[in-house]
Amino acid sequence: MSRPTFDEVAVGDQLPAVTYPLRRDNLVRYAGASGDFNPIHWNERFAVEVGLPNVIAHGMLTMATAVRLVTDWCGDPGAVVGYGARFTKPVVVPDDGTGATVEVSAVVAARDEQARTVRVDLTATSAGDKVLGRAQAVVRLP
Amino acid sequence: MGVNPEIAGRVYPPSPFYEVGREKIREFAEAIGSTDPAHTDPAAARALGHRDVIAPPTFAVIIAQRSEAQVINDPQAGIDFSRVVHGEERFTHHRPITGGDRLVATLHVDSVREAGGHAMVTTRVEIAEESGEPVSSVVSTLVVRGESK
Repeated sequence: MSRPTFDEVAVGDQLPAVTYPLRRDNLVRYAGASGDFNPIHWNERFAVEVGLPNVIAHGMLTMATAVRLVTDWCGDPGAVVGYGARFTKPVVVPDDGTGATVEVSAVVAARDEQARTVRVDLTATSAGDKVLGRAQAVVRLP
Repeated sequence: MGVNPEIAGRVYPPSPFYEVGREKIREFAEAIGSTDPAHTDPAAARALGHRDVIAPPTFAVIIAQRSEAQVINDPQAGIDFSRVVHGEERFTHHRPITGGDRLVATLHVDSVREAGGHAMVTTRVEIAEESGEPVSSVVSTLVVRGESK
C-alpha cells in the first residue's frame, strides 16, 4: 500500500468517502471491548424509557469509525497525533436487520510545515443528521 | 442537587497500572471494524517503526473512562450519572499506545460550567509511562442535564 507523503498532500485534498454500517451487534461488541455498558447502547426498553427514539451507538464508536477513513488513507494508525470531536446528534440503531449507516467524508484543511502534520476535517452523517461536530484529526506524514 | 463547582482544579490520585495487552488491542480494533495489520501483527507494526502492535487512535478512551469514574463516583462532585451525556472528546498522542505498555492515568478536573441549564464538566486524563514520560492526553466533556430538561 502506498502511503501519502507530506509533500504530496495539499490543502483541499478530499479523502475517499466511505459509508460504514452500524448494527446492534457492532454496538454490543464495542460495549464489551470498551467496557462501556450503558444500557442505552443495547437495551431498547431502557433507551425508550429515558426518552430516546431507540438504542443509540456509543459516541466513541461513531468517533472510532469515522477516523478509520483517516487511518486507512495514511496507512499508519500511529500517525494520528490528535483527534477530537463533539457529539452533536445520536446515531440511532434500530434492531431491524440493517441498523444504521454513518457516511464519512474528509478534507485536508491545513498543513504544518514544521511539524510535517496535516489537519483533516471530518464530516459524519447518519440519517441526514450531522452526528459529529468539529471533528478534526492531526496526522503526521512521512 | 447540581454539580459542585468547587471540584474544578481537582487532581485525583494516579490510577493503578493499566497493562496494554496485544489481544486487548486486537479485540478493540475488531470492535471498531479496523482491519489495519498494525493492530494485530507485530511485524507489520515494526515495519511502520513501532515497537509492537499499536492501538487505534481512540483506544485511550478505555483508560480515560476508568479514570473519569473517580469524579463521577465522587459524592462531593454531585454528578448524577443517569443525567450524563457525552459532549466532546479530544485525544493528543505523544506516541501511539503500544502492546506491552504499563500506563498510569491521572485525572484532572479542568472546568465546571453552566450552560443552558446544564452543567458541563471537562476532565483531562494524562496517560503516562511508569517513568512519567507522557503518552496520551484525553480531554472529555460530560454534559449533566439539568433537572427541568
